[in-house]
This record gives sequence, structure tokens and C-alpha cells, in this order.
Amino acid sequence: MTETTQTSKIAQLDVFRPSRSLGAEAWSRLIKNKAAVLGMILISAFVLISIFANYLAPQDPLHINKGLRFLPPPWYKGQTNNVADSRFFLGTDSIGRDVFSRLIYGSRVSIVVGLIPTLIILVFGTTVGMISGYLGGRWDNLLMRLTDVIYAFPDLLFFIIVMVALRDSFLGQLMNGLFLLFAALAIVNWVGVARLVRGQVLSLKQKEFIEAARCIGVKDFRIMFRHLLPNSLGPLIVWTAFTVPGLIISEAILGYLGIGMRPATTLEGNYFITSWGSLLLDGQAAINSQPWILLAPSICIAIVVLSFTFLGDGLRDALDPRMRGTQ
Amino acid sequence: MLTYLFRRVLWLIPVLFTVSLVTFVIMRNTPGSPWDVGSETKRALDPSTQKALEQYYGLNKPAWRQFVAYVAGDFDAKGKFVCGMICGNLGPSYRVRGRTVQNIIFAAPPPNKIGEKTSAWDSRFGYSARLGLLALTIAIVLGIPIGIITALNQNTFWDYVGLFLATAGISVPSFVMGIFMIIIFAVWLHLISVIPDNWKDPRVWILPAMVLGFNTMAFTARLTRSAMLEVLRQDYIRTARSKGLAERAVVLRHMLKNALIPVVTILGPALAGLVTGSFIIETMFSVPGMGREYVRSIFNRDYSMIMGTTVVYALLVALANLSVDFVYVLIDPRIRLEE
Repeated sequence: MTETTQTSKIAQLDVFRPSRSLGAEAWSRLIKNKAAVLGMILISAFVLISIFANYLAPQDPLHINKGLRFLPPPWYKGQTNNVADSRFFLGTDSIGRDVFSRLIYGSRVSIVVGLIPTLIILVFGTTVGMISGYLGGRWDNLLMRLTDVIYAFPDLLFFIIVMVALRDSFLGQLMNGLFLLFAALAIVNWVGVARLVRGQVLSLKQKEFIEAARCIGVKDFRIMFRHLLPNSLGPLIVWTAFTVPGLIISEAILGYLGIGMRPATTLEGNYFITSWGSLLLDGQAAINSQPWILLAPSICIAIVVLSFTFLGDGLRDALDPRMRGTQ
Repeated sequence: MLTYLFRRVLWLIPVLFTVSLVTFVIMRNTPGSPWDVGSETKRALDPSTQKALEQYYGLNKPAWRQFVAYVAGDFDAKGKFVCGMICGNLGPSYRVRGRTVQNIIFAAPPPNKIGEKTSAWDSRFGYSARLGLLALTIAIVLGIPIGIITALNQNTFWDYVGLFLATAGISVPSFVMGIFMIIIFAVWLHLISVIPDNWKDPRVWILPAMVLGFNTMAFTARLTRSAMLEVLRQDYIRTARSKGLAERAVVLRHMLKNALIPVVTILGPALAGLVTGSFIIETMFSVPGMGREYVRSIFNRDYSMIMGTTVVYALLVALANLSVDFVYVLIDPRIRLEE
């Protein structure tokens, strides 16, 4: 009788806190970080916009409005040669297509360029890094030499060479050139993950819990994916948050140089109509008279990239509180 | 230690070899020959001309021999040995007739006016080098003080302002920054022209160099700040203060000297980033440098030019990283690179 009341009193004093998993702990730290929450909200908004682009775009992004070239936005107060049309929130481009609708559709490519190569990189890089770190020896040596060489290759130059050389080949035609873009981005970036995971594995495999697992006869494969992988997830998550914006930037640069994806000419069968990089290229031609065509995708890229950086910073602090405030 | 550095220098050879091999393989597998795609005339060449051209550029040889010729060298039709990449010969350009790639990149251009003197600084590479060095100078001269000031005033208003700017500066890519700058300063304020014509005027250099150096500046500031914060709590700082040293001496002699070591380590990658990042900025600001030439050679499908420039870029990146290893050993006596 007295024993139970005592326990309940202690419980009221909040001495016994319910145990929480590392993930829940990190999550509660993350949502206290205002910048990270803002980043998450903006990223979710962009993902939703890209998914529902066909409902959100006010106009057909491919429809050529005859005689309505280079219209200014209706809210623009400055002097212009053409009369604005209230249908086109950001005006029209060089052949009379609605810039705002194209911008909305463009978010699809940026999101997908950020996600798909990242998935390929994560799966491939983690596997290679895990195996080479765990097994060590000759395979490890080979991997390290390979990554040294790939690191030495200036990555943007590699993308450019691949895109230019294989643009007209069969590979370059797949999915309006997006397939080639994914492949080029993945080839260059997987070594980063492999190195990261390898480093984690090298330090983790000396720890007692791995030794214990080995002692009770756990198979190598199980040790790698049930013990080593979950323990190196933290740095991997942070790495992802910083890599996705890098991929989005690479796409935009290639688009700006005119060697990114090919803009589609028909809505039918095309999920990806245009990209922000291609919009930059269109805008560059009219920079003096129609700066908003160039400005709109630039601002979108800046916002998305900044959101990912905020989220990445927040994730790093949340997953490794010791690093907090030092970076 | 010397053996370590020597090994690092030797490591350049396989890196450059692989870079040229990869570029060569991709370029060789490009559909279409350099003469029938994207040429201005769109006229098909007659077979005898085509044959002569292939002979001139060595395209009639098997692929492996072309690669050997490119890297090491080969005998020409008259039996004379022509040295390749290892002697700095990057081969003739496909588009600019009668000039070699190394000549286009490094040689001083002919003067525009009679009596005008041109030097290697006026070459394509010279323009890029000047722009890159200026950007690096701006990044260091502004980045390190910002880092120091924010660290010394941690968790104050100025710290937050600096930190926000640094975060934005790291994440917003330089070409987006460049677009903003051009629209603000050239299109709206008319302070500079979108396409500057006179590169003798030092003012036109400011904006491209600022834009190019902005990421590095932000990164330097953030790294200096975090390194300073780490040093700030060390015992030897407390000792220095307690023995009555002036604050200036504590900050400059004791803190900064130790805090700068991690900053130096990023200068290599930063320099490499400035080198390769420059071609977007050069294209954007119409700087007549190596980067813009590279972009132009892409559109002209000038394959030998693309290959040559890629090799030069890879060499520059490798050298930038290497130089930091040397500096690192020099400034930090604790580091012994043995292994």
C-alpha cells in the first residue's frame, strides 16, 4: 500500500521519464529549431506544388499565345512597350507562353532531380562504403583509389562533357534527357557517400557492441545492415540534406548553359515540361527588358536551396547535440 | 615528410591520365564527326576534304593510337615525332584554324591598337587567373574579419546577422547571386553595363570578383567563427588574459594564429571551386577568360578544345589541393605527414 503511493508520488515528481528513442529525441530537438521548421514547411510546399502542378498552373504552360509576346506582369508599374494581361501573373516569354505556369511546372524537375539521383547514390554508395569499410583490405584500397580519381575530376566539367557528348544518343533522348542527367549526377556523387559510410564503419566496427554481436555468432550481412547501418544514419541524413540542393543547383547550371533537359513541346505523355534551369536560359535572353523572367526562377532556386540548408543545419544539431552552435 | 609530399606530386600523374582517358572515351563516342554537326554552313564536306582533315587531326588512326598520340605523342606523316600532352601540347583546335589549344588558352593575344603591349595576363588563362585571385583576396580579406567579429560577439545581434548572411552565402549558388547582382546593378541602377567592353577599367572587375568570391567568403567566415569559438575556451587564452596581455594581442597572437589552421585547409578546395566555378560567372559577365572559352567550345563542338581545357582544369584543381598540403605542413608544426 505505502509502496504504491510512494511510486506514484515519484512519478508525479517526474523522476521517471518515459524512455524515448533516439529518433523521437532528435525530432523534438528539430521542431524547436525555427529555421529548420521553416525549411521543412517550404520544402513541403514545393513538393506539393510540383505534384499538383497541373491543377495549380493557371494556364497551359505550352500554349503559345499569338501576338502576346513578352507581356509584362500586370503588377509591374514601370514603362513597357506591351500592355499587360491580367491572365499572366508573371507575363509571357519570347513566344507568348505563360511564365508563371512554366515556373510551377518547372518545380517538378527540380524536385525530381533532387530526389532520384540521391536515392541511387544512397543505395549504391552505402553498400559500397559498408562493404569496403567492413571487409577492408584490397577492396577497400581499390575503392579509395577510385574515389581519389573521381574527386580530382571537376564535377561540373564532367556533367557538361557527358551532357554535350551523349545528348543526341539514345541515352540522351530518354525522358527528355533527364535520364542522362540523373546518371551523370549519380556517377559523380556516390563516392562521397561511400567515403562517409566507410569512415563511420571503420570507427564503429571497433566498438564493443559489434564485438558482442560477432561473439554470439551474428552473420556479417546482419551486422552490416542491422547494427552498423542504423548507427551511421545520422551523418547520412545530414549529408542528404546538403546534397539535394547541390543537385538542384547542378541542374540549374546545366539548364542555364543550354545543355540540361529538353523542354517538352506537348503536354501529352510528358510529366516534366520544363525546368528552372531552362527558364533561366529563356530569361537570360531578355535580361534588360524583362528581368522578371530571369528573376523568378532564380528566387525559387534560392528559396529551395536555403530551405534545405536550414533543414540540414537543424538536422545536424538535432542528431548530434554536441556539435550545436559550433558550426 | 618529403617522401609524403613527393608521393602526392606523383599522384598527379594517374589522376591526369584518368581524367584525359575518361574525357577521351566520352568524346570519341559522341555521335557525329566534329565537322557535320552544328557547323555554320551546314554543307556536307566532300570526301577528299574530309579525308584530308581526318589525316590532319589524326582521326584516321585507331582510337588507342589517337589516345597515345594525345597523351604521349606520335610520329607524323613525315616521320617526325610530335610530342603530346606530357610536353604541354594539347593539339590543334577544330574550330580556330591554325591555332593549338594551348596557344588559345595561354598565349598573349595580338594587340588591338598599334603600340599596345599585351602580356600573358591578357590571355584567356590570364583573365581567369586575375578574376580568381581577386575573388580569393576578397573572400579572405572580408571573410576572416567577419568570422572573428561574430565569434567575439557570440549570441549578439551582429552574430546573428553575420551568421545568417554566411548561411545564405554558402547555400545560394554564385550564379543565382550573379543574376541578382546584374539585375540590381546593371538593369535597375545602370551602374555598370551588362556587357562591359573595357577590361582595363578596374571597376568592371569588382562585381564579377565579388560574386565569384561570395561563397568562399561566407564559408571562410563561418569556419573562422567556429574555429575561434573553439579556441576561445582554451586554457592558454585564459592564461594569456590573466597575465595581463592586451586584448588585441590575445585575439591576434593567441586566438587567430590557432584558429586559422582549419581555415587554411579549406583554401585548397575553395581555390579549386573558384577555378571551376568561374566559367558560369565568366559567361554571365562576359569575361574573356578560359571559362567562357570552354562554354563556347562546347557549343562549337570543338572537341580538342573541350578536352584540352578539361585537362587544364583538372590540373589546376589538383595543384590547388596539393598546394594546401604544403602550406598546411609549413604553418602547423604539430602536423607530421608520415604514414
